[in-house]
Amino acid sequence: MIWRIDIIPKEEESFSELASQIKDLGIETKGDVLFRKSYIIEADLDQKDIHTIASFALVDPVFENYTISKGIFEKEPQPNEIIITYNPGVCDTVALSLEKAIKDLSLSVKNVRTARFYKFSGLDLSQIKYLAPKLLYNPLIEHILEYQKVKDLATLDEFSGKDYQFKLKKIPILDANEQRLNQISKDGCLSLNLEEMKIAKDYFKGLGRDPTDCELETIATLWSEHCAHKTFRGLIEYEERDQESKVVKKETINNILKNTVMKATEQINSSDCVSVFSDNSGVVKFDEDFNICFKVETHNHPSSLEPYGGSSTGIGGVIRDVLGTGRSAKPFASIDVFCFSPWDISYKELPEGILHPKRVIKGVVGGVRDYGNRMGIPTIAGAVLFDKRFLGNPLVYCGTLGVMPKERSFKKVVSGDVIVLCGAKTGRDGIHGATFSSQELDEQTVYLTSAVQIGNAIEEKKLTEAILRAADNDLFSAITDCGAGGISSAITELASEHGAEVYLDKVPLKYRGLSYTEIWISESQERMVFFTKEDNLDKLREIFDEEDVEMAVVGKVTDTNKLILHYENNKVTELDMDFIFNIPRLKKKAVWISKKEEDVKVKVKNNYNEDLKSLLSSPNISPKDWIVREYDHEVQAGSVVKSVLGIQKVGLSDAAVSRPNLKSKKCAAVGVGINPFYSDIDPYWMAACSIDEALRNVVCVGARLDKTYILDNFSWGSPEDEKILADLVRASYACYDFATYFGTPFISGKDSLYNEYVVKDKRIAIPGTLLISAVSVIDNWQNTLTSYFKKGENLIYLVGLTKPELGASEYFRKLGVSGGLVPKVDRATARKIFDCVSSAINNGLVVSCHDLSEGGLAVGLAEMSIGSGLGANVFLSEVDKSGKMLDHEVLFSESPTRFLVEVEKDKKDIFEKGLNGLPLGLIGCVAKDKKIIVHNKTNQEVINLSLEEFESSYISSFKEFR
Amino acid sequence: MKPKVLILRTAGTNCDKETKFAFDKAGAEASICHINYIKAKGNISSYQIICIPGGFSYGDDLGAGKIFSLELQLWFKDALTKFIQKGNLMLGICNGFQVLTKTGILPDLDFQQKVTLTFNDSRRFEDRWVYLGLPTSNIQPSSQVANVWLKDLPPIITLPVAHAEGKFYADHNILDKIEAGDQVALRYVDEAGKEAGFPFNPNGSLNNIAGITDKSGRILGLMPHPERFIFEHHHPFWQKKKVSAWGMKIFENAVRYFK
Repeated sequence: MIWRIDIIPKEEESFSELASQIKDLGIETKGDVLFRKSYIIEADLDQKDIHTIASFALVDPVFENYTISKGIFEKEPQPNEIIITYNPGVCDTVALSLEKAIKDLSLSVKNVRTARFYKFSGLDLSQIKYLAPKLLYNPLIEHILEYQKVKDLATLDEFSGKDYQFKLKKIPILDANEQRLNQISKDGCLSLNLEEMKIAKDYFKGLGRDPTDCELETIATLWSEHCAHKTFRGLIEYEERDQESKVVKKETINNILKNTVMKATEQINSSDCVSVFSDNSGVVKFDEDFNICFKVETHNHPSSLEPYGGSSTGIGGVIRDVLGTGRSAKPFASIDVFCFSPWDISYKELPEGILHPKRVIKGVVGGVRDYGNRMGIPTIAGAVLFDKRFLGNPLVYCGTLGVMPKERSFKKVVSGDVIVLCGAKTGRDGIHGATFSSQELDEQTVYLTSAVQIGNAIEEKKLTEAILRAADNDLFSAITDCGAGGISSAITELASEHGAEVYLDKVPLKYRGLSYTEIWISESQERMVFFTKEDNLDKLREIFDEEDVEMAVVGKVTDTNKLILHYENNKVTELDMDFIFNIPRLKKKAVWISKKEEDVKVKVKNNYNEDLKSLLSSPNISPKDWIVREYDHEVQAGSVVKSVLGIQKVGLSDAAVSRPNLKSKKCAAVGVGINPFYSDIDPYWMAACSIDEALRNVVCVGARLDKTYILDNFSWGSPEDEKILADLVRASYACYDFATYFGTPFISGKDSLYNEYVVKDKRIAIPGTLLISAVSVIDNWQNTLTSYFKKGENLIYLVGLTKPELGASEYFRKLGVSGGLVPKVDRATARKIFDCVSSAINNGLVVSCHDLSEGGLAVGLAEMSIGSGLGANVFLSEVDKSGKMLDHEVLFSESPTRFLVEVEKDKKDIFEKGLNGLPLGLIGCVAKDKKIIVHNKTNQEVINLSLEEFESSYISSFKEFR
Repeated sequence: MKPKVLILRTAGTNCDKETKFAFDKAGAEASICHINYIKAKGNISSYQIICIPGGFSYGDDLGAGKIFSLELQLWFKDALTKFIQKGNLMLGICNGFQVLTKTGILPDLDFQQKVTLTFNDSRRFEDRWVYLGLPTSNIQPSSQVANVWLKDLPPIITLPVAHAEGKFYADHNILDKIEAGDQVALRYVDEAGKEAGFPFNPNGSLNNIAGITDKSGRILGLMPHPERFIFEHHHPFWQKKKVSAWGMKIFENAVRYFK
């Protein structure tokens, strides 16, 4: 019997935001929309039981009523009514919770689904069907229930799969010619190129048999760009040409990762680096008893298809990376960085197949919010940038930090241990389509859906509690998370030096009908794999039962150096580990063509009030407090410096500081550096400036470079393009040059390539974007600093040299000027500036400190002022600069390694002494009145703005989101 | 003797560890237990204080705190009634407050839901600091309500809130009874202590109510997080002006009650 319960609010709500979005689509409506939550339950229960479920588990009697009806539809719906539900196979978290509540009520049900009911007055069905997929649901994971199809439905079983009959599938490749090999790769969505297919063919020829589908899938997964980083670890023929196309440099780079990023770490050789580039995250020393670890991941492609699901599974994945580091670390903070398209594009201009940026922004932010908040991990820092090229390919970086007792920093894989899979059950998520009723979707969409998944934060929260309890009791010897490739890559990689035997029919399934191969490569979220002694299983079961978390012994670690998979007593895979991990090396070509550097001069103005206001309202600069406040950034009670300060006012901090262990005074600062715009001039300096910016941000809150560690996350276009690959090479070179120069080792990193999309046959690649994330250990929270002005009449210094570096700056881009000099890190002074500013802060000589980045000096001053309500009086003549510079150049230059520092008058001499010999200017003082006044060298006021004026510009952006 | 505190958690509870830290720092002996453990083997009668901490129990999937409150109703109705009647204390913070109202432990300990905490007027989750006025500081000694949890606090304190479903809502006659019974423990106010709109009242709560007690004053439920203001560095402007960590005081009051 199928029942439907609808929840009805006692006072109907208005959905004015939805109404305005409908108008954006060009549909006139008065905006009356009725919305109801619906629950569809299949059970052998009578009406009384359904009333019990509704009244005890579903309704809030203070402000809601409910109705009960039989069947999904009691009668045919009106043409202005629709019901939306998840596609079969997509994770329905609320339904799982309802099942638990019904069980508590001692009732039993067969199936539970949730749905959303909408009624639009004044619109017809065709209008509703046009707007619904744009505004209300995503066809990749949801659909509208059709009355004709489900009106006579007796059971919801079709939502939960049909039985699977085992049949071993062999792929005939021994006799396949080149064309056929390519076809096999394409048909199976294997992404193996011809050369790789040939290597596989030769291997099986040696074995004298064709591979099973499962064996080929295993090879495809382990050799994928995602798992094997074939571009970064492959061969690159790199060449540099001058402007006349003459080759000036030529070399073959064998594994660029090893030769740049990892080489820098090796060379710096810091004794505080515990485990780098070998585990799921980078581990460094925190104090005598604890280590901390940090990992940042991208989830770009999934987020472009389904922003909410993409970003939530992104944050979910990186949290599991931390849980899967060493023998498990406790996550204590997260960061997120997004790159979006500006959202002023109309629906008419929007290319087919691309989601509107507004929906992408809301979905991505919402995904991180709901997952991070439910996990109880504070999202403490981040950045958001905007460029048109991110329209079809937004970037979503999610990072998480963890803390662990130092003795848990390494895994021990031992032959004879059993392999345990724990967490969520396994479904078809992420296997060439998150749905298995593929008839309704065209082939291309089905292919795409392989990337689409929905996260279940509570499942991961339960898993986290269970794993950390098991780790505290030393109940496992090795652990890793199930990410791309699911258990296929998790188990194979973890047991790569020993061998493993796995019984695929032991894997707990969400629903019937999965084949052995689907079980093996499923990317269902919220699962982890650990290896343990059989003796520990009873204790483990006690913990996992109490936490309501599934765990199943699915195999054992062997010493055969083979990967062997069984399904119901049938051997379905037997591969040599040596073969799997002998990953074919790719050879790619990269060509860099030098451009002539040319300074660009723009018209001088008498007054820059309007320019400053316009910069402050730019989405790149305007504060993202509306995002930060949606994140629970204070849970775990470790917060020392928050990224949003103030009760009503919007003050932003450069970096966030948190205490991972409330019993210790030590804390961790986290900051990021990112500026894809500089890539348009030179990706080398883009990378150098990103490192500089990340370091500036942590130094501003009280960190020192010798206790600072960095992460690289490349998001790039296609490496098949010689020019794009050359950009990547140059950025990597800068990573090596400046990590070694600053003495800040890379501890972890990740790359995401092929960030491109096609609009009207035109390929659009994102600008090469490198995110540098920095984490620093600070000895005492009392020594940390914030960036807002503290007291009137205090002195303001600008530390660092200002040059006319406005190429790709926020100011030039606002004016629409291309070219110009890209900001460059000055190797003669940068490191000394960092160290001296750190020392001044540590010695208590500084009361506030802020770095200069987008928008330069003028924006930096305004930001320090907004946080405090105090103004400033500043003289451009006192700025230490290179030669003669125009007023706007001094105001808006983005030269790196510069800090605005507030110093009390009586500390003047000692502060200046500490920075002796470095570029430094005493440029003015904090004003008690709420005004920023900037004088030029002829003593004209080039900026004269009240706090009220520039503050209202500052928060004028993001109106639709606030 | 240190009072024993039971920090009751379930799937999705996420403020349990810092809440335990705060109780321990205040001089209590706090233990965190999963409700499944208490159901199977535990006994709540050996504790003096029960605290339901913040989080998203069962994802708040069927409404904030809904499933957790169903469990309390089904398994712990009698035990909890007895626990409170013995003169013990109970605290619900954020999700815990939502659980206490939906169970019907607040306002009247009769297991009838009379008030609720529903979606913020802004329809979004928000983490922000608020000013809280303490009407209890003006309560006359004649009042039935004992000022247990908020004793010796100044008339205005600051604490952070972080929730999506924190709007205190009830029928007018219920609200009137709560007001008349001096059961409003904390109200959202502005810097000067006056009742004001958003963002001072962050969620649109009726009568600006941020927390209530039962008629004895021994059960407190509140949306703000006292465990997030137990060190001075928790305050957003700790580097500018000296502020006391008012949240800590609330835990200390509970411990002092048993001395």
